[in-house]
Amino acid sequence: MQVLYGRHHVRVFRFGLRLVRSEQVAEDLISEVFLDVWRQAGKFEGRSAVSTWLLAITRFKALTALRRRTDAELDDEAANAIEDASDDPEVAVQKKDTSNALRKCLNGLTAEHREIVDLVYYHEKSVEEVAEIVGIPENTVKTRLFYARKKLAELLKAAGVERGWP
Amino acid sequence: MMATSKKILEREPSEIEMLLPWHAAGTLNARDSRRVEEALAGDPKLARQYAVIREEYAETIHLNESLGAPSTRAMQKLFMAIDAEPERKPHVSLNVAARFTGFFARLSPRTLAWSASLGALALLLQAGLIGAVLTNNRPASFETASLSTDETSDRDIGAITPPRALVRFAADARVADITVLLDKYQATIIGGDKGGLFRLQFGNRAMTKDEVSAMLGRLQREKIVSLAVATP
Repeated sequence: MQVLYGRHHVRVFRFGLRLVRSEQVAEDLISEVFLDVWRQAGKFEGRSAVSTWLLAITRFKALTALRRRTDAELDDEAANAIEDASDDPEVAVQKKDTSNALRKCLNGLTAEHREIVDLVYYHEKSVEEVAEIVGIPENTVKTRLFYARKKLAELLKAAGVERGWP
Repeated sequence: MMATSKKILEREPSEIEMLLPWHAAGTLNARDSRRVEEALAGDPKLARQYAVIREEYAETIHLNESLGAPSTRAMQKLFMAIDAEPERKPHVSLNVAARFTGFFARLSPRTLAWSASLGALALLLQAGLIGAVLTNNRPASFETASLSTDETSDRDIGAITPPRALVRFAADARVADITVLLDKYQATIIGGDKGGLFRLQFGNRAMTKDEVSAMLGRLQREKIVSLAVATP
């Protein structure tokens, strides 16, 4: 368990944090996720990668945690998570900092879009694996990411960033 | 310009276009990857979109990496919870299918390949033996009684049993090498793979103890043999 924890806890934490947007809740999540894994190790069928299995459990736990919290809490924490020390997208663009603006806009995506972007780009999951983690058909995975990227382009455009697509 | 952008935003994406993010992340299978590369080579607009995706990919990684790591509190909480769990007995009754699959999963592809081939050889041998027995036992259409003075008694059968040995082949032994070795020693496989050991019979005549020991010595020195021991 220590080896498994050592190898995967940071990615599980980051995936959870991007979903629940609270470090405290994300830390609670990882202990819940790995405790579940410890309890259910015999049920792991080896049909998918361990990381895919872990991310699917994390997602389920994160959504459960989100449902437990009141809307007011969520709004506050979401705002706190988005607000950070860096500039807002417009200011960032003025400073010619497109990367910073892009990161800001990635944070501005909906949870549904954020998770798919993270799973594909950061967690390097294939279409099939994302479908397994999120519990949606493979074609929906592809179209959802396309529309997440479109939304990102709109947010950037609103912030004055033109990237040549769409 | 705005109108063109809007038009692009409203149209349905093509299959290749939707695969671009996975191509950037390197998680496409070889076939799709080739399709995407071919499309990128012939479509400048698609290539431009791919450049944008590469930027998104890099920034998403940057953003996630900047999230840091959890404190040790999470780990302490986890291991305290595990300690508080009731003790579990080891799972002894693994299902047969899992053990079967596990056994084959542990074997290297080459070992699997030659084991399968040896299995086929053993089957052929068995088929040959059955065929021979059937042929020998076939009732004759016409027989006359006769007396032979040089017939061998059944009691002598044990004395002419050829030598046998249990042999384990090296893991990287190829079927072709094993076949050559069997020919060289005039050996046949008479028993299947039991823990990696094959039962071989040599020639068709009995050998003296010294002959058997010399032959086993030679066999043991063969590159593709890792073990050879005499067996009744």
